Amino acid sequence: MSYGQKVDIIDIDYSWSFINYARATDGVYFITLFKSVIISLITTFLCLLIAIPVAFYISFSSVRVKSILLVSILLPLWTNLLIRTYSLIALLRTKGHINNALENLWESANYLLSFFRLANHNFIGESFTPLSLMHNNFSVIFGLIYIYVPFMIIPIYLVLEKIDRNILEASYDLGANHKITFFKIIMPNISVGITSGIILVFIPCLGSFIIPELLGGADSQMIGNIIERQFKSANDWPFGSALSFILIYITIIILGVRYVYSKLYSRLYQRGVS
Amino acid sequence: MRNKYHISRRSFLAGTSATAIGLTFLPFSLRAKDQDQLNFYNWDDYIGEDTLSDFASAVGVKTNIDFFADNDELFSKLREGNPGYDIIVPSDIYVEKMVKAGMLDRIDQDKISNMGNIDKNFLNPIFDPNREYSIPYMWGTIGIGFNKKQVSKTPDSWSYIYDSEIYSGNISLLSEATDVIACALKYLGYSANTKSTREYKEAEELLITQKKHIKVFAEDNGQDLLASGDVIMAQEYNGDIAQIMLEDDNISYIVPKEGSIIWEDCLCIPKNAPHKENAHKFIDFILRADIGAELADYIQYATPNKAAKDLMDDEYKSNPAIFPADGTVKLCENMLYQGEEVSRMIQDTWTRILAS
Repeated sequence: MSYGQKVDIIDIDYSWSFINYARATDGVYFITLFKSVIISLITTFLCLLIAIPVAFYISFSSVRVKSILLVSILLPLWTNLLIRTYSLIALLRTKGHINNALENLWESANYLLSFFRLANHNFIGESFTPLSLMHNNFSVIFGLIYIYVPFMIIPIYLVLEKIDRNILEASYDLGANHKITFFKIIMPNISVGITSGIILVFIPCLGSFIIPELLGGADSQMIGNIIERQFKSANDWPFGSALSFILIYITIIILGVRYVYSKLYSRLYQRGVS
Repeated sequence: MRNKYHISRRSFLAGTSATAIGLTFLPFSLRAKDQDQLNFYNWDDYIGEDTLSDFASAVGVKTNIDFFADNDELFSKLREGNPGYDIIVPSDIYVEKMVKAGMLDRIDQDKISNMGNIDKNFLNPIFDPNREYSIPYMWGTIGIGFNKKQVSKTPDSWSYIYDSEIYSGNISLLSEATDVIACALKYLGYSANTKSTREYKEAEELLITQKKHIKVFAEDNGQDLLASGDVIMAQEYNGDIAQIMLEDDNISYIVPKEGSIIWEDCLCIPKNAPHKENAHKFIDFILRADIGAELADYIQYATPNKAAKDLMDDEYKSNPAIFPADGTVKLCENMLYQGEEVSRMIQDTWTRILAS
């Protein structure tokens, strides 16, 4: 369909033309795509920062705690994505739970200060101004992290489980400190988990449209939103298909890079061992 | 037009259970070639509570109802052929598109005895001359919903949300390209249905400059943002604002003095409807004065049925969120389908505005 051409309200001429792809090279789509990539990269990076310590913590806790923690990570996944996103709205909006909690804090602080006759010094401002947590790029990234971080934690946790704990002890016995053990012993072993985590987070982030639509502001359009619009209100399926194909090509390229990288890596690794 | 009343818990429950019933019965009814059936595809919570049972006892036709959330959903569902519906409720511009795409059947006006009840202003709309394919169901406007406590004066112009920084960061606009751009065109003094590239360019520049003051282009929830205090002014459909006005006395609605977009939902018969006779009977039934009044009372939208409106109380007739002042209505326009090229231009303009 992406090679077709829209000739009427519902008629599509399948003419093997590249007109839709030509239209997609317009700067505005490139900018949006670039922005989506940046947002997805930031999200993936932050997910990684969150996921590694969490995975470590789970992996090194007792069996009982471990199962509780794992279930608490997996449980939200049973709920629909839309419902999880709406729950974030209730949390983040101007009169949402976070701002309410902060306002209560401010009020009690103010009460304490006036108790000590310090209220006139304006330590904490004249009155409480709610933080604007919603409808900006922060909320989009926050939402993406919240939704996709389990997909980063789980693969890292799985490879961590496989590491023989004796190796770590051997490393310490041979005089390596925490830092060296982490980078020389653990990192190479969990890198497979990290790459699959990165792929599992980055690719859905790139194509997401519900989260930027619900949590984002006037400035949060991602490429997924443009594609969605082509299929709905714009009613231009061929162009929407072309845009989604471009996204798929990018995904394939990323997977290809990963494949080449892992080949190179294992070759290097084998050479190192032999 | 979009998002009829679907926030209250009651209507959500009613909607889900009705959908469940609809889903249970619809495929069944499609298989059965029962002549005493009618398959009705409607917006959620957009028919009186007893209307369908009254119809069943008056005419002896059982109605199966199924719901859609927006015109795009309706359009995509019928795009590849009618899955078995007899009556659908598209909005004006979609009526025009569906007629042009050959998706609708002509309505035989001789079978509609209550045709005379319709207000004569609605008998010859530009999107469907002489009402060959559509019968008006409800109508309304796009305007500004605002919080009376937080504004210093009534926002009677589009300039408050399109060209001003007074309420910077507290404004929400709709997220539908055609609606937002059409209202910008009205503010600039042009027709909402212009084909001029230059005028679209001007609207684009206006919106790009104003964008930094706009909090969000609200997908379906401008009224929620207004009710929860996230914004002070929201561009919205009148019905959505009317809904929260019932719950909060501080909320009000106005159609700006530059004029706005007027929308109209219509009853239409899609091509290959299995029960065409019953569809005509249904339309005739809906146009009855008492039934029209019952509908208007329940839905709280403006009815194009003059005989029904005469039966309504003053509270309904004087509600500014239902009936805007006559002078403003004259400045409002129906949206028209402009052809593929202009549609594409509008969409591209919109993408550029959002990406800027």
